[in-house]
Amino acid sequence: MAVSGQYLGMALSIPDLDGDNAAYFRFCAQGELRLQRCKACTLMRYPPGPACPWCAGNAFEWTPVSGRGTIYSYTEVRHPVQPAFRAHVPYLVLLVELDEQRARPTEHEAIRIIGNLVTADSALAPPELIQAAGIGSRVRVVFASAGTDVAIPLWTLDAGQPAGAMPWRYPE
Amino acid sequence: MQTTEHVVEGARHLRGRYAIVGVGETTYTRGAGMTTRALACWAIRNAIQDAGLTPRDVDGMLAYQLGDSTSSTFVAGDLGIRPDFFMDVYGGGSSTEALVGLAMGAIEAGMCSTVVIYRAMNGYSQSRIGGTGRPESAIAGEQLHERPYGWSTPGQLFAPSFMRHMYEYGTRPEQVAMVRVAHSRHASNNPKALHRKRVTVEDVLASRMICTPLHLLDCCVETDNATAIVVTSIERARDLRHPPAVILGVVGRTCKPRPDMHYQHGPITAVAAKWAAPRLWSAAGLGPQDVDVTGSYDAFTFTTMLQLEDYGFCTKGEGGAYVASGTIELGGQRPNNTSGGHLCEGYTHGVSMVVENVRQLRHDADDSCPIGADGRRAHTYDYREGGCRQVRTVNVTANMGWGTPAYGSALVMARTA
Repeated sequence: MAVSGQYLGMALSIPDLDGDNAAYFRFCAQGELRLQRCKACTLMRYPPGPACPWCAGNAFEWTPVSGRGTIYSYTEVRHPVQPAFRAHVPYLVLLVELDEQRARPTEHEAIRIIGNLVTADSALAPPELIQAAGIGSRVRVVFASAGTDVAIPLWTLDAGQPAGAMPWRYPE
Repeated sequence: MQTTEHVVEGARHLRGRYAIVGVGETTYTRGAGMTTRALACWAIRNAIQDAGLTPRDVDGMLAYQLGDSTSSTFVAGDLGIRPDFFMDVYGGGSSTEALVGLAMGAIEAGMCSTVVIYRAMNGYSQSRIGGTGRPESAIAGEQLHERPYGWSTPGQLFAPSFMRHMYEYGTRPEQVAMVRVAHSRHASNNPKALHRKRVTVEDVLASRMICTPLHLLDCCVETDNATAIVVTSIERARDLRHPPAVILGVVGRTCKPRPDMHYQHGPITAVAAKWAAPRLWSAAGLGPQDVDVTGSYDAFTFTTMLQLEDYGFCTKGEGGAYVASGTIELGGQRPNNTSGGHLCEGYTHGVSMVVENVRQLRHDADDSCPIGADGRRAHTYDYREGGCRQVRTVNVTANMGWGTPAYGSALVMARTA
C-alpha cells in the first residue's frame, strides 16, 4: 500500500511501485537502519536502488547496519530556501561516512549518508550543539517519525568522540 | 568490478573541422518583461546576424532547459527556420559544451549543416535556480533522500565538496573569494554585465552566509536572458563574417563514478573534470599550459577553483593559492571569465562564457574601448575600471561547464585550425 507521511510540515509520498524506498523507510519506522546488500558480490549500497553499482546484480537483502559513523563533510545552512526550514536556521546538513564498508571496494569508496544533526530525541540541533560538531565528529543514527510506515533517519553526536582531536569547523 | 583508471583517447579526426561562427545574446536583466520564447528569438537573431547568415541558412537547432523554457519547434517557427534536425535536451550547467559536440555530430552525420544552440531563461522572474521559497509538492523518489534534510539548492548540494576541500587542503575563504574579486573586475569592463561594481575580498567575506562555505557573493547572480551560438563546418565558416573560433576538442557530459548527488565515490574534492581532462586534452592535441583564456563555470567561486584544478591548470589542492595569485585576472597569465561570468555578468547555464571566448579569439571583446577608423574596436589593454577587457594575445581558449561535482563538459577553441 502506498505510504504517505508528514515531516516538519513536508508531505512525503512513496507510491506502491517504489518498493526500494518503501522498504528503506519502513525499516526506519521500526527504528532500524538497513541497507541493500547485493547477494552476488555482498557489497552494500546507498541510496536505495534497483541494482548493485559494483556488479549490476539485482538480487539483494536488507541488512542491518550499526548506524554509527563519522562526519565526512557538512554545510551549515543559514539562509533557508525550503519553507519547512525557515523556523530552523541555522541547521547542519551532514555527510556521514558509515563505519561499515569504509574504503571498500576501493580506497575512495564508502557508504556516505546525508542527514541533519539533531538532538538525541530527533529535534534539529540548537546552536550550541551545532557548534560542537564538525568533520571528524562521531555520530549515530536516530529516527524522527513521519507516519505509520515512514521515519526519517537523522544523526546525533555519539558518546565516544575521538580523544584530543577537535572536529574541523568552517573557519570564521 | 573495475578499479583501474580508464585511459581514454579523444577523437582527433574532428580537430579543426568545425567552428563557432556566430554569437548573440539579449540584455542581462532582472525582470525581462517577456517570455523565454521572445528572449530566444532575440538572442538567436543576434547570433545569426553576427555570423553573417540568414534564418534560411540555419537547418539545425539544439536547446536545453529544465522545464523552464520554450522548445526549438516554436522558436524555429517564429524565426522562419526550418530545421532538418532539432533536439531539446534536459539539463542546465554542463550542457553548452556537450551540445557543441552534438551539433558537430549531427553535421558530421549529414543530418544538417548549420546549428543554432540556445538557452533562454527567466532565471530571476520565473524559475529561480536557488529556489523560490514557494511551498513544495509532496516529496517522492530520489528526493526522499535530499529534501527532508533541507538539502535542495545547488549551493546546499555542492557544499560538501567545497567544505571537504577546505578541510583536506587548508583552502581559505579569502583565497576563494578572489574568484569573485577577479570576475567583478572583469565585469566592470563589460557594459552589458548586471553587476559592474568591483568588489574586494572583504566585501565577499562580509556578505551574509548562505550556507557554509558560501557567502552571498560566492554565489552567481540570477538573471533573465537568452544566449545563442552558431556551429558549422570549417569550410562553411571560412566565408562568413568573422574569423571562425575553431573547435579543437569537446567533451561532455563526463561523469564521475556514481554520478548522482550522493558522494559515494571519493575523494569528493575531485570533480568530473578529473575524468574529462584526458579525453579533452588528447582530442585538442594540446594541454592546459597552451591555453590563453579560460571560461570556468562559476555558479559559485568554488566551482571555478575545482575545475581549474582538475583540468590541470594547477596542482590538485593548490586551487586556493592559484585563484588568489592574480593568474586568472585580466593582465594575469591566464584570465578566467573575462566577461565577469555567472558571478557578475549574468546567468545563462554556460553559453555566455563560450560567447565571451569566441569574442576573445576574434579579438573583439565588446568593452568600452573606442571604435577605430577601420570600424574595429581599438583595444587599449588598460584593464582599469571601465576600460579594456580584451586579452592581448589569445590563440587558444578552454571552456569548462559544470553540472554538479559529478558531471561536466568542456570545449577547446583556437584562432586557427
